[in-house]
Amino acid sequence: MKRAGFSTPWLPVLLLVPQLAIIAIFFYWPAIVALHSSFYLQDPFGFGSTFVGLENYTHLLGSAEYRRVAVFTLTFTLLVTFFSLALALLLAVKADKVLRGAKTYRTLLMWVYAVAPPVAGFIAVILFNQSWGPLTELFGLFGHTYMVGVNFNDTAFAMILASVWKQVPVNFIFFLSALQSIPRSVREAALIDNRSASGRFWDVTFPLLAPTGFFLLIINITYALFETFGIVDTVVKGEPGNNPMTLVYKVYVDGFRGNDLGGSSAQSVILMVLVLALTIFQFRLLERRIHYT
Amino acid sequence: MSRITLTSVAATLALTSAATAQTEIDLWHAMGGALGETVNAIAEDFNASQDEVVLTPVFKGTYEETLTAGIAAFRAGEQPNIIQVFDAGAATVIGAEGATIPVQDLLAENGVDFDIEDYISGVRYFYADSDGKMIGMPFNSSSPIMYYNEDALDEAGVTPPETWEEFAETTAPALAEAGYIPLAQSHLPWIFTENFMSRHNLPFATNDNGYDGNDTEILVNNDAIKAHFSALTDWQDAGYFKWYGTGWGDNQTPFEDGEVAIWLGSSGSFGGLAQMDLGFDFSATYLPYWEAVTTEPKQTFIGGAALFAMSGQSAEENAATAKFFEFLTSPETQYFWHRETGYVPITEAAYELAEEDGHYDRMPAAEVGIQQLSLPAGDHTRGYRMGFYVQIRDVMNREYGRILTGETSVEDAFQTIETEANQLLERFAKTQG
Repeated sequence: MKRAGFSTPWLPVLLLVPQLAIIAIFFYWPAIVALHSSFYLQDPFGFGSTFVGLENYTHLLGSAEYRRVAVFTLTFTLLVTFFSLALALLLAVKADKVLRGAKTYRTLLMWVYAVAPPVAGFIAVILFNQSWGPLTELFGLFGHTYMVGVNFNDTAFAMILASVWKQVPVNFIFFLSALQSIPRSVREAALIDNRSASGRFWDVTFPLLAPTGFFLLIINITYALFETFGIVDTVVKGEPGNNPMTLVYKVYVDGFRGNDLGGSSAQSVILMVLVLALTIFQFRLLERRIHYT
Repeated sequence: MSRITLTSVAATLALTSAATAQTEIDLWHAMGGALGETVNAIAEDFNASQDEVVLTPVFKGTYEETLTAGIAAFRAGEQPNIIQVFDAGAATVIGAEGATIPVQDLLAENGVDFDIEDYISGVRYFYADSDGKMIGMPFNSSSPIMYYNEDALDEAGVTPPETWEEFAETTAPALAEAGYIPLAQSHLPWIFTENFMSRHNLPFATNDNGYDGNDTEILVNNDAIKAHFSALTDWQDAGYFKWYGTGWGDNQTPFEDGEVAIWLGSSGSFGGLAQMDLGFDFSATYLPYWEAVTTEPKQTFIGGAALFAMSGQSAEENAATAKFFEFLTSPETQYFWHRETGYVPITEAAYELAEEDGHYDRMPAAEVGIQQLSLPAGDHTRGYRMGFYVQIRDVMNREYGRILTGETSVEDAFQTIETEANQLLERFAKTQG
């Protein structure tokens, strides 16, 4: 058998150069600069700077506020990931059964995917407006004075709601296509073995959705950690105050607003390590345990 | 065909070179909405007043975003000629000697008369170095003042409180009785911290409020301010004070809606309020003080922002910048700016012009900001200079929010602010090394 290949070793290198250049310029170079400046405290204009070793890191690890933001980020990520996946799965299972007008339902459910995060955040700000927000009034009916921007938990709830709402459609699309790719023969066989619909779902359908589910798990964790920036920024209106914020937002607050380049770089490096760990976890552990058909 | 193209190219070139005979300079600012339109009007007037310089104002977002954009541009060698930097960013931009040309030097080098005594006393030294040399040209100078709903106060049968004691004992109970939320404010670090210190003539930081060096420590953890915040929580419980969060507008809206009777905001908010159809008459007066702390209340800090001439430009462009500053500080321009926006005029001459024109007869409240800035000065009323101050304000906002939502005590909050602010100051000192 003839192996397809390049006659000269230079051609593949040449073809790779554009991609490698992009990675080097937009990923490796900034990462190296961030790592370098995390060891310094420098004047934002670039005049003075002092090498401080690991001080930026020890400062963060000793900071009660940084720990508080980290704990919130963890809670936020877990809740957003769980509810985005669970709701999307529920909707996908229901949509899968619909025969009439299926396309309309599906389109309506995917609609929100096109909304940009800051817009999602802005919708939350309107819904939860302190004086006339419809959801504020709804909570008022149940005797809770909802105060977004004042009460920590109220603000956190608005952020989580907007983030989940924004992410459900993406998960929905993936789950729906996964459901539709389950072979008819498998479903029919299950129907003979098990009369209970929920039993069939948990024993047969759910395991078959696992590959999609784990892929979405990673996607959703990354989304909650990083892409919710726009939602957080809009909900807190650029003034963090006593409001909840995520680790990524804190990088922005300290670096771009506060001009603390060293401290902010150290925070970025910590996040880079986190992403690295997440990626290793994905490839080493999850991919091995999942059986793709 | 080709001849026509060539001719038009030649014509375009001729036009361009005619245009470049003028010096073009740019101004990056953070004035959005109606304020931005007024900045544009000033730029148009300046461009129309002479034919050597063309000034282009560019809106760059919030104060923080404008400063960050300026820093990024400076590092890339693309900085504008003039940048607007706010009070909290003063230490950053003034600390970076070499990033800007002191405005006093710029004007002197370009033959523009400059006498610091021409500027009203509250404005003179905030953006100056420790020797009193003016580094940034005060532009939109404002101070926190007390706005009140005249109808509400009449209804409750009270006059605007001069002291916080009067507010707590007389004003607030009467207003609450009349169905109003007596008090709201829009910026706790600015109004109830920085200007609390200046109004009561208390030191805010070591090293003469930070002007004399970088090894500064904050003096925010004192009994007077802690008593003030304890009183605030008591008022909150009694329904005399309501906090609507850290956002400026969230606290101003209930005043505009007539729910809140007294609102502490910026003297620069005056223009916007005056243009609104509020449904009630409003006026303004000085920020109250605690009689228990001082019987001789002093002037407040100017706040707002200043214009800085960035270095690294040609001598020609610097001359153009000086020309614009000269235009900007002229009494006519200052009066226009003051009248349109409510920001205070920065020179005595402009203040006199506004008086002569009868501006304060028509709108007495417009004078409150400048009057408050012209109150007697004390040892600690000149201003403050602290690095990483944007982050220090973030810490204050966070801890104050926690006090007012009952998540922490006044004592713990001020302890935290002191500790974290001093850490930030220590870190800032290292950035200057």
